[in-house]
Amino acid sequence: MVCESWKAKLDTYVDGELPEQEMRAFDAHVRSCPACSADALARVQMKRAIQVAGKRFTPSAEFRNRIQKSIASKPQRRFRLGWMLAALAAVVLVVGTLTSAYLGSRSGRDQVFSEIADLHVAALASPSPVDVISTDRHTVKPWFQGKIPFAFNLPELQNSDFSLVGGRMVYLEQAPGAHLIYDVRKHHISVLVFQERSLPASLDRSPKKLPFNMETWSQGGLRYFVISDASAADIDRLAKLFKAAS
Amino acid sequence: MFYHVGVSGVDLQPASFEELAIPLFDQLYNFAHWLTQNREEAEDLVQETYAKALKGFSSFQLGTNFRAWMYRILRNTFLTSRTGLKATMTVPLDPEEDGPELAVDHETPETLLFERSNRELLQSAIDELPVHFREILLLCEVEEMSYQEISETLSVPIGTVMSRLSRARKTLRDRLRRPQPQVGAATAAITKGTKHGL
Repeated sequence: MVCESWKAKLDTYVDGELPEQEMRAFDAHVRSCPACSADALARVQMKRAIQVAGKRFTPSAEFRNRIQKSIASKPQRRFRLGWMLAALAAVVLVVGTLTSAYLGSRSGRDQVFSEIADLHVAALASPSPVDVISTDRHTVKPWFQGKIPFAFNLPELQNSDFSLVGGRMVYLEQAPGAHLIYDVRKHHISVLVFQERSLPASLDRSPKKLPFNMETWSQGGLRYFVISDASAADIDRLAKLFKAAS
Repeated sequence: MFYHVGVSGVDLQPASFEELAIPLFDQLYNFAHWLTQNREEAEDLVQETYAKALKGFSSFQLGTNFRAWMYRILRNTFLTSRTGLKATMTVPLDPEEDGPELAVDHETPETLLFERSNRELLQSAIDELPVHFREILLLCEVEEMSYQEISETLSVPIGTVMSRLSRARKTLRDRLRRPQPQVGAATAAITKGTKHGL
């Protein structure tokens, strides 16, 4: 019976989490009590066994590379953009207005793609990624009425792997647009739609390097972006559905 | 600006997200696999965790525990996933209060365990634990987190960490105490007895 108060704290003792004074008192008790000593030893052995058994799963090299690439690309992009802007300033001074106009459009294009990537990640990181939650395109499309200055069609998804999660209104280059989120096999895909005239020209060339797969095209005066960590094939299939619906 | 945070304090070396997060990759994956019990879902969970953490890195507070922050993101992502919702909905949380564990039997689960030297037995018993017991046990024993770190990771008070950990261990010990499969015909019958519901 004397040991019961000690035993209640035995786990905390073997975890080394008792206050210093209690720890010393417990040490003294364990040295003089064979029952508590055996119990403490058994629990330490159990801790070690769980530690060994718990280190059970190892990620594949391919998955490790994928994660490393996905998180390494972000700072590199910032660095490259900063370097490009500095280089741009120097070239502007030396070469003149024609060259500066060309580089300005290129920089603007990269900026747009970066902002699209940011909008995609920000939505997924948000506790409420969409403002209208529905798998029904006939609910999501009308929700945008009066919120954005254009209309667009959402594709029929029957017999496809895609499912609509919902939508929200976003801004790009200070112009309003629609942000739709789709799921395909646990991956989230963002489809963003803006008026072409509100964006920089020459967006048709895909970005050289982004941490995501992306496809963009212009149709009926609207600019579409499809972006995700899903495969390029999935993105292409969803893009084709949109092209067919528009 | 972020800095490498060492055991002895704060070094004045700026640390990138990659430098801080990549060393945690193996252990985060191991933890994710234990939670999801599925390789593909574990990969999706880790990938989503890294994407969210990278995006939110600017809001990470200097001087706070980066490891606990990463585990918290992973766990919260898991809890809102389909598998996580299913795991938490099908296993209701017990009250946190629990009486002290009393005297040790002559033949303890530990002695039985080590006599069998059976790591698979232990892994299987951990697998069968409810997710809130499984996660706290792994954070304490495998990740060797302090009670304070576990408290930050799970967003619960330290008192809850202590009581939940105690009940997790008790549940594990109870499961190990039950008869284990031996050989031949006896195996099926005994297995049926150990594969009880949660």
